[in-house]
Amino acid sequence: MAPGSAVLVRMKGATYTDSYFAALSAVLREYAMETKGYVVYLSVTNPASLLVDILSSVDIPIQGVSFIDVTSYMMVDKAKRAANTTYVESPTMLETIMLRVEYLLRRSPNERRIVVLDSISSLAIHNNSHILQEFLHILVNKLKSMGAVTVLLTVIEETAPELSNVLSLISDANVTLEGGGQS
Amino acid sequence: MFLSVTEASDRIIQNLTTFEFFDKKIIDEGKLVFIDVPILYEKLGLSKQELTPEDIDLLITAIVDLANTLKIQRLVLDSVTSVCFRIRHEEKIRDFILKLGKSLSDIECTTFLVSEIGPQADRYSLYGVEENIADGVILLGNSQRQGDLLRTLQIIKIRGATHSRAQYVIEITPLGIFLAPFLKGGGRSTIGNG
Repeated sequence: MAPGSAVLVRMKGATYTDSYFAALSAVLREYAMETKGYVVYLSVTNPASLLVDILSSVDIPIQGVSFIDVTSYMMVDKAKRAANTTYVESPTMLETIMLRVEYLLRRSPNERRIVVLDSISSLAIHNNSHILQEFLHILVNKLKSMGAVTVLLTVIEETAPELSNVLSLISDANVTLEGGGQS
Repeated sequence: MFLSVTEASDRIIQNLTTFEFFDKKIIDEGKLVFIDVPILYEKLGLSKQELTPEDIDLLITAIVDLANTLKIQRLVLDSVTSVCFRIRHEEKIRDFILKLGKSLSDIECTTFLVSEIGPQADRYSLYGVEENIADGVILLGNSQRQGDLLRTLQIIKIRGATHSRAQYVIEITPLGIFLAPFLKGGGRSTIGNG
């Protein structure tokens, strides 16, 4: 993955769990750790504290990962704070998410930077398609200009066609995970 | 030079220390000077609730003399609304702002006037004169979208310069203020400025 590239990882709902862990392992263990990269992980699908527990249980390293948790506040679950995590009040505060990503990247002296959006499908639950398309277009282009690699996770069946089109447009590579492998 | 009307300078400095871009050394070196306006009022003997034209002249002279002596290049008055509250009459307010701005401009000092307005105001200042006199107006406010309250910034005018007229969402961080475009996909209503 060249600096400034955006990779769309599409997962099938039926094999989501396998695909999800395969994607996280590839990004966090094989790419980020091997390249000693700094990862900003936008956690929309799960609270960061849960994600940290899950990743630790399957030996996926989280050193060098900063989490942005946008779900815990919504569930009034802020009390259980996770390490290396900042919180955004709601997944509808898309501009605040953009600013938090930029802030964390600017803080890091590491030049190899990766931003993981987990996931577009979860963001789509809380935001209308038009504003989400606008958000993705601006954020991904901003990250490209900053030389960060963007990994966009999405569930195929839960991605509206117009959103899917925008994701294809802004991504440089498109990976479809089908449970055991990829296409 | 930062002229504070409503908040004591030691409190402001205490709040500033949370920002990484702030170095207290600039205060020690005299590059940043705080003046508590209530103390200035006291020293000038301006004890009456409503300032007379003579009091206003005295206040302007004191501020300009300070700026001149300390070779100030940027001056902030926070807030002009609080000072104008003691001037009261629109024509006197206009006169005060014009005289202050002109006198500071003559010594090549740029003036930033902080003006306060309430929610849903249909103008950019409480007295409606500040925005006409100023060369530039930067509007800070709050916008509400789907129950979320977003801090916003918009440049209304800067005389003699081209500038963005779009609304931005801001976040105040230890590294400074970060801006992102206000997304237009959702409906919104501005609920406050100041």
